[in-house]
Amino acid sequence: MVDVESTPLLHVRTYGQIAWLWIRAAWQYPTSFVLLAVGNGLITGLDFVGLWIMFTHLSDLAGFSLREVGLLYGSASLALALADTAIGSVERIGTYIRTGRLDQMMTKPVPLLVQVCADQFTLRRLGRLTQASAVFGWACTSVDWTPLRVLVAVSMIVSGALVFFGLFVGFSCIQFWTTDATEFANAFTYGGATVTQYPLSIFPREIFVGLTFVIPVAFVNWYPCLYLLGRTDPFGTPDALQFASPLAAVLTVTAALLVWRSGVRHYASTGS
Amino acid sequence: MSEPLIDVRDLERTFDVRRRVEGRRRRVREQVVAVHDLTFSVDAGEMVGYIGPNGAGKSTTVKMLTGILVPTGGQVRVGGLDPSRDRVALARRIGVVFGQRSTLWWDLPLRDSFELLQKMYRIPRERYRDNLARFVELLDLGPQLDTPVRQLSLGQRMRGDITAALLHDPEVLYLDEPTIGLDVVSKGRLREFLRALNAERNTTLMLTTHDLQDIEALCDRVVVIDHGTSVYDGTLAGLHQQGGSTRTLVVDLVDEAPAMVVPGAEVRRVEGPRQWLSFPAEASAAPIVAAVAASYAVADLSIQEPDIEEVIRELYSRGAR
Repeated sequence: MVDVESTPLLHVRTYGQIAWLWIRAAWQYPTSFVLLAVGNGLITGLDFVGLWIMFTHLSDLAGFSLREVGLLYGSASLALALADTAIGSVERIGTYIRTGRLDQMMTKPVPLLVQVCADQFTLRRLGRLTQASAVFGWACTSVDWTPLRVLVAVSMIVSGALVFFGLFVGFSCIQFWTTDATEFANAFTYGGATVTQYPLSIFPREIFVGLTFVIPVAFVNWYPCLYLLGRTDPFGTPDALQFASPLAAVLTVTAALLVWRSGVRHYASTGS
Repeated sequence: MSEPLIDVRDLERTFDVRRRVEGRRRRVREQVVAVHDLTFSVDAGEMVGYIGPNGAGKSTTVKMLTGILVPTGGQVRVGGLDPSRDRVALARRIGVVFGQRSTLWWDLPLRDSFELLQKMYRIPRERYRDNLARFVELLDLGPQLDTPVRQLSLGQRMRGDITAALLHDPEVLYLDEPTIGLDVVSKGRLREFLRALNAERNTTLMLTTHDLQDIEALCDRVVVIDHGTSVYDGTLAGLHQQGGSTRTLVVDLVDEAPAMVVPGAEVRRVEGPRQWLSFPAEASAAPIVAAVAASYAVADLSIQEPDIEEVIRELYSRGAR
C-alpha cells in the first residue's frame, strides 16, 4: 500500500509552510531584510563586474566572448542561487547537531531533510537571484533561439539547480561523521560553483574530466551552453553529453539522498 | 492484560569515544557504556519520574525512546512501535519538551508556531481549535498568544512549548527539566496543569528532572538510574523506605533540657530549648508526639518531611559502591 501521507508533493507543501514562517519571521526586521538582500546582490554583482573588467583587456577567454561567458556565468549563478535559496541551511547541520536542534527535528513527523532545508529559509538570497537572472537574461540575447534550445535552456537551469542541491546535501553529510567540516564541504560546493563561472576550456583536461564525472558541475552549464551556442566541445566529448544534464541531475540527487540517509543512520547510531 | 505503552528490555547503549592519551600518537578508541541492562515498562496514564545524576544515562534513554538514537542492545517498544525504525510514525504519537531549548519561532507570535505545528502534524482543524482553547485556558496563555515569543517570560515560553508538544494529543509526553529556571509560582502552575492533563486525557508522563519537588508533586512512581542502569523502580514512599529516610520531629521545650529519651525516636541535635528527633519515615508520628508531650513541657512542635534528595544521594552512593 502506498502511504499517501508521505508523497513528495506533501513534503514540498510542508517545506513551503515552514519556509513561509521563516520569511515572516525575517520580515519582522524589514530594514535589515532589505539591506541584506541589496548587499547580497551588490556583492555578487561585483563578481560579474570583475569578469567584465577582465574582458576590457582581453578580447576573449579561451575562445569565448564576454557575452558567451555571461551565458555560462549567468546560468550557473542562477542554478546556484535557486539551490542555495531552497536549501542553503543544509550546510548548517553541524551546528544543528551541536545545539541539539537536530534532535528536536527528529521528534517531528516530517522527514528530517525537509525540515533541515526549510529551516531558517531566507529570501535574502533574492539579491543573488536577481543579479544572476539579469546576467543570464542579457547573455541570452546572443543565443540563436530554436524551440529545442529553449527546452535545453530551461532543463539546464532546473538540472543545474538539482546538481547543486545534490552537491550541497551530499557534502553537508560529512558533518554527520565529523562536525566542523563546513569549510571542507564548501571547497566542493562553492568551489564547484565558482569554477562553472568560467569556460571550462581554461582548465587542463584532468580537471575537466573531474568536473564531469566526480563533481558533475560541467552539466550545470558547460554542456548545455555548448549546445545553446552551437559550439563543439574543445575537449572533444560526444555531443550527446550536451543533453545529459537531466540525467546527471537525477544521479547526483539520488546519490545525495543515499548519502543523507546513511548520514542520518550514522547519527542515530552514534549520537555525536 | 494489554501491552504496556513503553516497554524497555535489557536496553543497552554504548558509544565509541576516541580519546587522546598522553604519550601516544593516535587517539585511542574506547567504548563507553551509557546505558546497560535497563528494563522497565510504563502503562498508559502513568506519571513516572526518571531521575539520576548527570551522565547517568537519562537523556540517552529518552533519545532511544523517541527514536533519535538506535540502541546497541536489548529492546525498546513505544506504543507497539520500534522507535528508531518507525521514528516519523511515532512522532505523531508522542510529545517531547526539552527544557532549555524552545521549538517556538522567536520573532513571531506564539499563535504562528502553533499553526505551523497544526500543519506539520496534520491535526484536524476542529481538534486543533479545541485543544488550543483548552490549553490556553489551563495554562493561562490567552494574552500571550499574539505576543512575539522573544517578549515572553521564561515561564510563559515554557508553557508555550508544552502547549506546542500537546496540540496533536500525544499518548506520551516526555519532559526534560520542565521547571528549570522558573519561579515558584510558575512551577506550581505548571505542575497543576500536568496533573490536570493526566487526569483529563490520561496522557502518560515521563519526567526527567533534577527538581525533586516536581517528582513529589507529580509522580506516583520513580525510576532512579545511575551508571546507566536502574537502581530503583517503585513508589516514592518505597524510595524513602529503601533509602532509609527519616522524618524529623522538632520540639521546642519550655525550658532547656538534656536530650530527651523517647521510644522509637532518636535525638539528633539539641540547641537550647529546641531538640530534633528523627524517626523512620514510614512510622506514625502520633505515638512519638504523645510520648514527648507526656514526659516534657512542650511549647511547640513541628514535623519535617524527609528530604528526598538525601535519600537519592544515599542510593547513588550505594550504587557506586
